[in-house]
Amino acid sequence: MRHTISVLVENKFGVLARVAGLFSARGYNIASLAVSETLDPTISCMTIVVQAQDEKILEQIKKQLNKLIDVITVTDFTKKEHVERELILVKVGCSAKEKARIEGILDKYYIGKIAQRKADTVIIEAVGDEKQIKGLLGELAKFGVKELIRTGRIAIA
Amino acid sequence: MNGAQILLECLKREGVEVMFGYPGGQVLPIFDKLYDADIKFILTRHEQGAAHAADGYARATGKPGVCLATSGPGATNLVTGIANAYMDSIPMIAITGQVKSFLIGNDAFQEADVTGITRPITKHNYLVKDVKDLARIVREAFYIATTGRQGPVLIDIPSDVQLMETEFVWPEEVDIRSYKPTLFGHPGQIKKAAKLITQSRKPILYVGGGVIASDATHELRILAEKIKAPVTMTMMGLGAFDGTHELSLGMLGMHGTAYANYATMNADLIIAVGARFDDRVTGRLDAFAPSAKVIHIDIDPASISKNVKVDVPIVGDAKNILGQLSEEIKKAPDSSAWLKTVEEWRAHHPLRYKDEGKIKPQFVIQQLYEITKGDAIITTEVGQNQMWACQWYKYIHPRTYISSGGLGTMGFGFPAAMGAKMGCPEREVIDIAGDGSIQMNVQELATCVANKINVKVLILNNGFLGMVRQWQELFYKKRYSYTTLYNPDFVKLAESFGAMGLRVTKKEDVRSTIEKALQIDNTVFIDVPIEPEENVYPMVPAGEAIDKMLGGLA
Repeated sequence: MRHTISVLVENKFGVLARVAGLFSARGYNIASLAVSETLDPTISCMTIVVQAQDEKILEQIKKQLNKLIDVITVTDFTKKEHVERELILVKVGCSAKEKARIEGILDKYYIGKIAQRKADTVIIEAVGDEKQIKGLLGELAKFGVKELIRTGRIAIA
Repeated sequence: MNGAQILLECLKREGVEVMFGYPGGQVLPIFDKLYDADIKFILTRHEQGAAHAADGYARATGKPGVCLATSGPGATNLVTGIANAYMDSIPMIAITGQVKSFLIGNDAFQEADVTGITRPITKHNYLVKDVKDLARIVREAFYIATTGRQGPVLIDIPSDVQLMETEFVWPEEVDIRSYKPTLFGHPGQIKKAAKLITQSRKPILYVGGGVIASDATHELRILAEKIKAPVTMTMMGLGAFDGTHELSLGMLGMHGTAYANYATMNADLIIAVGARFDDRVTGRLDAFAPSAKVIHIDIDPASISKNVKVDVPIVGDAKNILGQLSEEIKKAPDSSAWLKTVEEWRAHHPLRYKDEGKIKPQFVIQQLYEITKGDAIITTEVGQNQMWACQWYKYIHPRTYISSGGLGTMGFGFPAAMGAKMGCPEREVIDIAGDGSIQMNVQELATCVANKINVKVLILNNGFLGMVRQWQELFYKKRYSYTTLYNPDFVKLAESFGAMGLRVTKKEDVRSTIEKALQIDNTVFIDVPIEPEENVYPMVPAGEAIDKMLGGLA
């Protein structure tokens, strides 16, 4: 199961390596990772989506993260009311006729818009939660997705 | 002051009396200031020796050990020693020189990314980029190394930072917002634990190195005697509870006593203190202590419920929690029938060996125990020598058994003995070694002789890498693939360094030779050719439940 964990860390060099190293050394899987400064510039926030087979492993991941000296707090959003979002950029190959259909889909899903139009491609940007993004990508797959970039999930409670 | 002076001033203020290390290009400024500092410096013959010596010093004294090496190869040579200290939660400060800060990342001469390399084997590490941060970093490093679950901290200092001048400001307080170890047990958890203990009929205390680290030996004894529970120790825990006490079952696990393993498997309550349910202890996890409830006391929350499901976790310092717990328990459990059963196991399945043929290693260690009356500090190498040292010597006091537990580092015992002797010069320090392990850091003979660090090394010489050979015998059809050793003459080897060498060839000379060695005011190698294919029993094969022991004689 995938869990969204938010880790507040000291905004110092090497901290990302410590967190990433912990995951690789202990065999935990990172599905996505987003890092940025917070309101307090001395603190960074890492939002990590982890793949954990069971509760025990999830517990270990949280405890091991907490053990790192530079980690200030670890928040698990799994059982917590929260808002989470991800930004994606998708390049879709399409004819002029198909463009209209894509616009229709975007209207229906209301989480994305066209960021760039070219003769035979469009680039769509979309922001949404996991389910919304999945839904939209499912629809766009029918046109032939040429490229997909995602930021990874961020979350706030 | 320049960076080097600030470093040494900080070490002095932290109470460092001795450090171990090796000079090199990128620590020249530090060595220049060390030349007239009043910190004793022991020049080892290899950086690995320095790291293990600092580790041995820490284990013997409880104070953090300090080692120092240059950049690149100097630092990478410390790596095994740092990993060793990390696995056994030993407080240690490793200081390394680094290439000049503006050259970092340039593949400069003797450059290695040491903070990168040591990240997974240190509790924390620092690269000092500004001399103004140095005093704070050293202060934090000692604080981190010696509090919570202890461990090694590395400080990497570029040589230009060592030369930069700044005003020295000693930080009176350490405040790390992200690091606040829990020291006292949660009162609610203590109550729950006390209730479980009172209700139990077959309790056992399973204790590890955490009891020694938190100096909780006294509190452990009070609790054990109050609730009349037998006590079994992990290898790291030997000495945490008096091995001659009637409640002591000795060590459990792969080479533990049969009665400790039976008691653990049949207990209805395991009170784990400062131990981590390591695979060498639990054997097959899903078959481990099937009817036991578990109380787990540990300073490291990540150790709790990592391997075994815990009913009552208590995070905090063992000394405090054992005290809290003894106070909370109003009624001791009725364990009399249980203690009787345990005594029957002890009577029927004692440790034993066949004392015939060549000199038996078990006999040698028994003699050593009788001579020293359990008063010496024993270090060991890794393998059969180590397991025999666990089984046949009784550790009465904490910090008298010093051995590489988690990492299992061959070559640890001799330099660790050196460090222990530096920390406790009035104590007898003896390394129980094998002929394989001793050769891994034998160069430290020069360090011992040059500095008059008089340790004794008892080499149980079977001409094999004995433990691997034992596995090959039992599980690989006696195909002794590269485990037969060609050895030097250990007596002449010791003598060539200016140390003493003694050899025992007859059983009746074992005792007198050890006694003689202890009288000699020099480092002594005692070469004892033993029965070459003697095995360590009992033995739980890897992946089996711990009551499924290969008996041998046990």
